[in-house]
Amino acid sequence: MKLSPYFLALLCPIILLSSCKKDSNEVTADAKSTFSIEFENQVNGSPLVLNTTTYQNAKGEDFKINVFKYYVSNIKLSKADGTTYLIPESYFLIDASKAESTNITLKDVPVGDYTKIEYTIGVDYARNFAGAQTGALDPINGMFWTWNSGYIFVKLEGTSPQSPATGNTLTFHIGGVTDPNNTIKTFATEINAANPLRVRTDGKPNMHFIVNAAALFTGKTDISFSTLYFTMGGANSVIVANNYANGLFRLDHIHN
Amino acid sequence: MLLLSIALMYACSKSEDEVTPEEEKIAFSVPSNFPAPAYNFEDNKLSNAGFALGKKLFYDARLSADKSVSCGSCHQQFAAFTQLDHKVSHGVNNCQGKRNTPPLFNLAWQKAFFWDGGVKNIETSPLNAITDACEMGTDIQTIVALLKNTAPYPDLFKQAFGSTEINSQLILKSIAQFTAVLVSGNSKYDQVIRKEAGASFTASELAGYNLFKEKCTSCHAEPFFTDFSYRSNGLDLMSADEGRSHITGLASDFGKFRVPTLRNIEYTSPYMHDGRFYSLDEVLEHYNSGVNASTNLDTQLKNGIPLSTTEKEQIKAFLKTLTDNEFIKNKLFAES
Repeated sequence: MKLSPYFLALLCPIILLSSCKKDSNEVTADAKSTFSIEFENQVNGSPLVLNTTTYQNAKGEDFKINVFKYYVSNIKLSKADGTTYLIPESYFLIDASKAESTNITLKDVPVGDYTKIEYTIGVDYARNFAGAQTGALDPINGMFWTWNSGYIFVKLEGTSPQSPATGNTLTFHIGGVTDPNNTIKTFATEINAANPLRVRTDGKPNMHFIVNAAALFTGKTDISFSTLYFTMGGANSVIVANNYANGLFRLDHIHN
Repeated sequence: MLLLSIALMYACSKSEDEVTPEEEKIAFSVPSNFPAPAYNFEDNKLSNAGFALGKKLFYDARLSADKSVSCGSCHQQFAAFTQLDHKVSHGVNNCQGKRNTPPLFNLAWQKAFFWDGGVKNIETSPLNAITDACEMGTDIQTIVALLKNTAPYPDLFKQAFGSTEINSQLILKSIAQFTAVLVSGNSKYDQVIRKEAGASFTASELAGYNLFKEKCTSCHAEPFFTDFSYRSNGLDLMSADEGRSHITGLASDFGKFRVPTLRNIEYTSPYMHDGRFYSLDEVLEHYNSGVNASTNLDTQLKNGIPLSTTEKEQIKAFLKTLTDNEFIKNKLFAES
C-alpha cells in the first residue's frame, strides 16, 4: 500500500498535537473533586422558622413567613491568578421547607484554591425563555410563570397585620428579565485568601452562607407592608431585587 | 406456482396492513415558500412514537381538572385547530375565558404565543392552558401523577423516550412534537405562489390579492399573513382587555394584541381577540368604517381602510385561497 504524501502531511501534525497534549498534562491538572454549599436561612440573625415565628421588617412591622424559595445558578469560582471556572448546568432551588435542598453539592470541580465565588440570584435570561426544563428548573416546582414565560427567582409568602390584602397576606414573587423590570442579580463575594476554598481530591470542603430573608425588605428601600405587600414581577419586584442583591447572602465560613 | 404467487401477495398485503399507518414516518416539512423555522427539533428529536404520544396527550380530556376538556376541545382540527362558534375559550366547569382560541399551525415559526405574546417557547405553551382556571384548571404536577398511574402512558413514554419515566419535560416535549408538526402551507395561495402546475387565481382572487398587498400586508405579512407584531386595530375607544401591556407593563402596549394569521381564515370564525365578529364581512366593515381612535391605535389605521363593496368581495375571494384543506383533513392530525 502506497500512502499519499498529502495524507502523511496531514497525519504528521495530528501525531505531533496528540503527543504534545500528552506531555503537558500532569496527572493532577485534570483532577476534579467535590465541594458543598450550605445555605442557612435566617431572618435578621434568628433562624428562619416557617409559619409560626414572628419577625420584624426594618419599619418595625411584624410578619411571618410561610414560603421562602430561591434560585442560585451559574456558580462561578475564581482563583487568585484571575482564572475562573463556571460550573456547568449549575441550577439549584433552595426551599426553606425542604431541609435537603439547603445543602447543595457541586461535583467535578477542578481541584485548586478558589478565592472568589459568584452566582446568579435567579435564572439567566436564556433559560427563562427556553424549552421545557427538568430538575431544579422543572415547572413542577411552582417557580415558573405559565402565562408570562419566566422563572420566579425569589418567592416569599407570609402574613403581616399591616398587609391590607385579604387574610393579611404577603406575596413577593420576584422575577422578570426584560428591561425596565429586569430582576436578574449577581452575587459575588471574595474568600479570605488565608482560608480559600480548597478543592482537593482528598477533601470535600463546605461553604456556609447565611441567607437573610428580611433582606428583601431593606437595603436600598425600606418596605412597608401597608403599601407593598403583593408583587409578581414588574416595577415593585425591581425594588425588592435591588434590596436583596447585596444583603440576601453572606459567606459566613468555610470548612476545608 | 399460481398458489405460491397468491400466497406471496397475501403475505405482502398482510404485512403492509400492519405497518400502515403506524410506520408512516412523521416528518416536519418546510414549504418552499416559507423561511427557516424558529423551532427545529434540535433538542427534541422528532419520532413517530413521540408524535403519537403528543397527539394522545393533546386529545386526552382526563388531563383537565374535571376531565371534560382536552387541548383538542378548544383546538378543533376542522376549524384549523381553533374552536368553531366560540367567541372565547370554554374551559372546565363551564368557565368562559376572556379571549378567542388561537388556531394552531405553523407554530414552529412563531417566537411568542397567545394573543399577548406572554409565552416565549412552543414547548412551554401548554402550561398556560393547563393551569388557567378557565381552560384546563389543573397543574402539571397533577398531570404527571395521573399519567404515571394510567396505562398505557408509561409504555408510550418508553417507546417515545426510552424510559417509563414520566416528567413534565417529556410531556411538554412530546406535545411539541405534535403541535410543531402542524404545518399549513398547501393552500391555493401557496400553490399559486410556488407556480405549481394548474394553480392560478381567478380574476376576482387576483384583484383581491393585489388589494391585499396594497392595504393589508403591512401587518398581515406573507407568507404567514402576520408580522407577529402587537397592535391595536381600534376595536374600542377603551379596550376592556389590557392585552400586551399585561406582559410588558408598558402603557404604550395597552389594548394591543398579536396580529393574527389569516391562513385558514375561512374556518376560524369568530374573529378578533374577543371573538366579536362572526363573519369576514363584519371584519372588513370594521376596517372600512368602524375603527375607533383608541389610545394606542396603529398609525396606519387612523383613517381606517376604505373599501368599496367590490373591493371587499375581491379581498374575501382572495382570503379564501388561504384555506388549506389538505391540512384541515389530514388524518395524521385527527384524534385516533
